[in-house]
Amino acid sequence: MKLELRRNGTTLIAQVSGELDLSTSPAFREQIETKLAEDQLIQHLILDFTEAEFVDSSGLGAILGRYKTLAQRKGRLSAVNVPPHLHRLFELSGLLKVMTIYPSLQEAQNKI
Amino acid sequence: MKENYLKVTFPSLPENVSLSRVIVASFAAQLDFTLNELEEIRVATSEAVSNCVIHAYRQTSGEIRLELKIKDDTLQIKVLDQGCGISDLSLAKTPAYSTDPERMGLGLIFMESFMDEMTIESEPGQGTQVYMCKKPERSRSDHGTGQ
Repeated sequence: MKLELRRNGTTLIAQVSGELDLSTSPAFREQIETKLAEDQLIQHLILDFTEAEFVDSSGLGAILGRYKTLAQRKGRLSAVNVPPHLHRLFELSGLLKVMTIYPSLQEAQNKI
Repeated sequence: MKENYLKVTFPSLPENVSLSRVIVASFAAQLDFTLNELEEIRVATSEAVSNCVIHAYRQTSGEIRLELKIKDDTLQIKVLDQGCGISDLSLAKTPAYSTDPERMGLGLIFMESFMDEMTIESEPGQGTQVYMCKKPERSRSDHGTGQ
């Protein structure tokens, strides 16, 4: 798993590459939490799944955990470029109650 | 399709969860699964093996045994551990039940949703055996149309 983080205004954009599972979700959690702690101006998080190959419930748990941090800042959690199999996992997990999916990064940035 | 089997034992390390997915998906590819079905098998395997690492051995060392079989055009997966076992199986099956705030308690739900059958046998202090099976949808259709 590789995570590329960049800030655009009050939004942190995280490009997730590779596999997000039991082995890699601690690094996902740590990198995003470190960035959020360093930069208190960040309010929202957009996860870009263009390069994501696999996510399981460990990965979903790591995503939900970050929503809890954002909620304390009254921020929003969004996902873009979500492949169909991941969309189904998000649906089944109930994660879509707290995370909005947009077809593109541009659209997500416009709506936030 | 001839019967086939594979048995492999590996340490309960988080790094081996992805290895188990690769093994199962490669073995399953001998049957006529769609890419979507293979993805479902990968998720179910990941959940079963992750549970061994997290819950059965509680991040300590132990062995996980993966037994795969192809029989009657069906993939059978057994994931066995000799960890702490599950004291309350019905509680563990409750959606969103988890002993860890960073986890969603969806592992068993995903296994049940993505596989045709899923059963768990567990004895506290003795270990747990998860059995899952799945038949390719295309094989079912072929039988249905007499092809």
